[in-house]
Amino acid sequence: MKGRSEEPWPGGSMRFMLLFSRQGKLRLQKWYLATSDKERKKMVRELMQVVLARKPKMCSFLEWRDLKVVYKRYASLYFCCAIEGQDNELITLELIHRYVELLDKYFGSVCELDIIFNFEKAYFILDEFLMGGDVQDTSKKSVLKAIEQADLLQEEDESPRSVLEEMGLA
Amino acid sequence: MPEAPRSGQPAPKGPNWEQADWTPPEEEKLIQQELSNLKAAVSAPTTTLKMMKECMVRLIYCEMLGYDASFGYIHAIKLAQQGNLLEKRVGYLAVSLFLHESHELLLLLVNTVVKDLQSTNLVEVCMALTIVSQIFPQEMIPAVLPLIEDKLQHSKEIIRRKAVLALYKFHLIAPNQVQHIHIKFQKALCDRDVGVMAASLHIYHRMIKENSSGYKDLTGSFVTILKQVVGGKLPVDFNYHSVPAPWLQIQLLRILRLLGKDDQRTSELMYDVLDESLRRAELNHNVTYAILFECVHTVYSVYPKSELLEKAAKCIGKFVLSPKINLKYLGLKALTYVIQQDPTLALQHQMTIIECLDHPDPIIKRETLELLYRITNAQNITVIVQKMLEYLHQSKEEYIIVNLVGKIAELAEKYPFVLVLNTVDTYAPDNAWFIQTMNAVFSVGGDVMNPDIPNNFLRLLAEGFDDETEDQQLRLYAVQSYLTLLDVENVFYPQRFLQVMSWVLGEYSYLLDKETPGEVITKLYKLLMNDSISSETKAWLIAAVTKLTPQAHSSNIVERLIQEFTVSLDTCLRQHAFELKHLHENAELMKSLLPVNKSCEDMVVDASLSFLDSHVAEELSQGAAPYKPHHQRQEEKLSQEKVLNFEPYGLSFSSSGFTGRQSPAGISLGSDISGNSAEIGLKETSSLKLEGIQKLWGKEGYLPKKESKTGDETEAPPVSQESIIENVDPTISKKDPSQVLAQSKEEKEKQLLASSLFVGLGSESTVNLLGKADTISHKFRRKSKVKEAISGEKTNAHNMTRSSFSSPTNVTYEEDYYLDNLRDRRDKELEKFALSAELLGSESLAEPPLVEKLSECRRPAPSLFADDMEVFHPPRSTSASLAGESSLASLLEETTEHMHSDLTEVCNTETMSLSSYKIWKDDCLLMVWLVSNKSGSELEGVNLEIAPAENFKITEQPGCCLPIIEAENTKNFQYSVQMEKPFTEGNLSGFINYQMMNTHAVQLEFSVNLSLLDFIRPLKISTEDFGKLWLSFANDVKQNVKMSESQAALPSALKTLQQKLRLHVVDIIGSEGLLACQLLPSIPCLLHFRVHGDVLALWFRSSCSTLPDYLLYQCQKVMEGS
Repeated sequence: MKGRSEEPWPGGSMRFMLLFSRQGKLRLQKWYLATSDKERKKMVRELMQVVLARKPKMCSFLEWRDLKVVYKRYASLYFCCAIEGQDNELITLELIHRYVELLDKYFGSVCELDIIFNFEKAYFILDEFLMGGDVQDTSKKSVLKAIEQADLLQEEDESPRSVLEEMGLA
Repeated sequence: MPEAPRSGQPAPKGPNWEQADWTPPEEEKLIQQELSNLKAAVSAPTTTLKMMKECMVRLIYCEMLGYDASFGYIHAIKLAQQGNLLEKRVGYLAVSLFLHESHELLLLLVNTVVKDLQSTNLVEVCMALTIVSQIFPQEMIPAVLPLIEDKLQHSKEIIRRKAVLALYKFHLIAPNQVQHIHIKFQKALCDRDVGVMAASLHIYHRMIKENSSGYKDLTGSFVTILKQVVGGKLPVDFNYHSVPAPWLQIQLLRILRLLGKDDQRTSELMYDVLDESLRRAELNHNVTYAILFECVHTVYSVYPKSELLEKAAKCIGKFVLSPKINLKYLGLKALTYVIQQDPTLALQHQMTIIECLDHPDPIIKRETLELLYRITNAQNITVIVQKMLEYLHQSKEEYIIVNLVGKIAELAEKYPFVLVLNTVDTYAPDNAWFIQTMNAVFSVGGDVMNPDIPNNFLRLLAEGFDDETEDQQLRLYAVQSYLTLLDVENVFYPQRFLQVMSWVLGEYSYLLDKETPGEVITKLYKLLMNDSISSETKAWLIAAVTKLTPQAHSSNIVERLIQEFTVSLDTCLRQHAFELKHLHENAELMKSLLPVNKSCEDMVVDASLSFLDSHVAEELSQGAAPYKPHHQRQEEKLSQEKVLNFEPYGLSFSSSGFTGRQSPAGISLGSDISGNSAEIGLKETSSLKLEGIQKLWGKEGYLPKKESKTGDETEAPPVSQESIIENVDPTISKKDPSQVLAQSKEEKEKQLLASSLFVGLGSESTVNLLGKADTISHKFRRKSKVKEAISGEKTNAHNMTRSSFSSPTNVTYEEDYYLDNLRDRRDKELEKFALSAELLGSESLAEPPLVEKLSECRRPAPSLFADDMEVFHPPRSTSASLAGESSLASLLEETTEHMHSDLTEVCNTETMSLSSYKIWKDDCLLMVWLVSNKSGSELEGVNLEIAPAENFKITEQPGCCLPIIEAENTKNFQYSVQMEKPFTEGNLSGFINYQMMNTHAVQLEFSVNLSLLDFIRPLKISTEDFGKLWLSFANDVKQNVKMSESQAALPSALKTLQQKLRLHVVDIIGSEGLLACQLLPSIPCLLHFRVHGDVLALWFRSSCSTLPDYLLYQCQKVMEGS
């Protein structure tokens, strides 16, 4: 009934992460396993359909193809992670929540528009939080610190390079 | 650039992209416009890097919407290369989103990454490490590896952490390259920063998963870390909803699970902390449940401790009974994990399970079915399958259907077996149930299910179970149910189902009393006339009709069918129809060809089509080209492509006139000689251009001179020279016959030349092998025909036709049959072997005769035996049971009968020593472990267990289970090992428990290496059979192997292959040899080799796709090694 295979695959615990709106618009996609463009589109389309058709009181987990999909809706946005069958669904749900917390903290009560207009920031935060599909740091503070430090450079944007290098992060 | 949503800007003016009712065509127009603007912008020289950054963000957005932005990929790399920090960050992000691991552009990024890794700026280093851990080309790892290794000592923890994760990534994609830094991982594990330590756990988890026995010594450290985490010793930063570092906890629990599996001593170390984890997780929050779930899983996976199991079972109860649906789901999932260990849990929660079975959320239902699937037994099978079928009927997703259908079929096929035996049981489903279930499987699973399912079903039906009358009833029921199904109007069954039906109806309609075969034929004919039926199915249907025709009284329908299909456009169907037509004309022959209920009889298939020999010989004598199979022509073509073309360009041997006169075989021959067909085309066009111009000069100089040279080479008469010169003028397309003759002669010589020039390139050896092997097999065939004159050609012909009527997809079975036959005939052929051994000797191969060699291989036997004799014979007074003794006796027989390895000690203590040796039996590898008691007192509770291994099937041999070993005594444990899929080397591990009088129990672990060669046995076949098998195998591997000097001659090479790889020498022809072996239980592999100087050209073929590769590897090892 499910692919509980023990086959290793090169990557962390997550296959991909999608953010999409209630209207079925993709807002963010991160693939941790090489997938062809065509296949990606097909998978996104299919999965969105399946998830959007779920009723509110239903389980947050789904069996989809050979994967387990964990999703959660925050306001108008669906956060959706695909993991392996033998992985822990519940902790993945918490992982989504932690990511939302990080976004919230960074943007200050985050909304869908924040992610639309600053989606590259959302990617930066995700990359700082998950590396190759594995949780990199469970400390919220250090994730945000790293992002903010990189962001600081924005204000210094125009300053010459050598000064920046001097500054570093120390 | 038009307005688009951008960071830091207010919502865009103009059309709002995010409006819900946005219609696709408008969006598409807008984005296409945007993309073309971006395309212009990124390639404009005036675009600054800052603008480029902006463009990149827009491109990412466009790609996310599903549009192609590949024109910007290269600019993303440039941006990462040249931009300042912020631009670089976007550049790297774009690269990571646009490209995949094997994208060629990624190579351009390597330099940038190297530069950034060396930067003094932390942010740059971080970016580089991030991109490396996301996508990095495997072959470029060496370029950055030392830099990243250095970062493990970096003063900043963020850098160390990312470096560890980058190395983890490398470990995943190229484990060999990071092997040398394992010691550094250990340092990371002890890092003072929690983040770095946590990162290193990823690597450890992976490494332990691959080889848990190598890291047992770290168990203590992991336990300590977990204790600290659980005890709240980490900085509060790492808390998540006041639970300390949940991800870290889960990772540690997973590691402990792997370490403690089947290992009591290691498990004992972790009981405390597991208990603590179960106790601590009291908070009613999702994350504590996540940890609990992991903990329960671990408790059930490690060596059991009842107290913990009890607590874990309680936890599972909490999950299952929770009103929260997510927890309930996990509860069910946990149950599926543990249910086999503890079936009572299912009883405890049976009411919940029943409720979940009708849960409105399909995912819960499905998990429940998964749970039920695991507790299926003979009593509950019907109910469970019923539930599964219900779910199946509601499912639409293909993946679920395939999966579920497979499981139902598996259960259905598993249980008739059991139940046929105890039909008294009222719960027992009858045969009708089996057929009906399978009908449901076929009609729903249809064409998406695994093709094994119908095949297995048919095999099961044909082979039957233990009771013949039961079998007949089952078949009869199947026939009846299919006829009923076919009577229903306007129902479309999947093609596979129809194929199953037609096979069954064809085979077993004779069981019907009332319905005459004629009526069945009518039904099949109706199906045949149906347009919605695929031609593959139609072939099955015609086959069924053919089988039924001899039983039918009237043949009107059959005649109509013949009429209809002998003019069919489908060649396959037409062929079948013609076969039917001819058989139909000869009723007697047909009856003898198509006997009733003989589908399981072995048949001898004359795959070499020997009855055509005389025809072939006749054609050959008339100058026809010898036949080459398709793949060989293909190979020749390929190898020719690599060869320099020595022909002058202007000379066109292959003008259309020439090829036009040849037979099809001739064409392929001609094209092989003068290059591939593409080249021919080229020549033709180039000569066309020269039309009307006298061709005196070619690229190589003055032409007539060249041609006379060619003429000399070919020693052709002057006439042909002229004709060749004439031929230069392409307007002359006609040639006189003598020229054609000369050319073909020339070609033959060229072929010879080529064969001596390009020996070992592959294609050439084909020619020789098949050419010569053919003649040899001819000889043998003649002989065997004389011998088997009684069985004669009649049976051959019989079998031929018969096989062509058997179901079209059963080709694989036939192959198996074939092999069985070969084995059956082995005995007969032993005589021949003696003969061939003599032959070998007479060919002065300086090789000891077969018998002698065998004894040579067994040389270690006597010495081993001298040892064993003492140990093996227990004093009569001991309580050794009869079974034990007989097994000892049989063991002794076996050791003398079969080759075996030396006795090696695998582990020992003061009181006991455990040794093992391998016996290479004909049908399996027999591992024997000898436990000898060195002490003066009894050993009690002796128990030896072998851990199940991935690639092996291990069966304990009976008769060695006495748990007591007397003083100074020895006992043996035997396990027969079969390989489940080919591999090169594997490991068999296990442990032994025992107890000395009045002392504590001791457990020792041990492991033994197994190699592929342990499972290779000689396959004793004749040259003739070799030829047949060779043609029937699709998987081949070729390789030239350099031999060490000592081996560089055919006899020694042969000897090595024979002795070290246990290959059977089938035949030797000149400098070529044919060898055969089989991988137990019965995967054959054939080897053709040819010696040329110090190069050995090896060519393997097998029915298994991986076996040739593995064997080749072993061959290389022995040829190069010794």
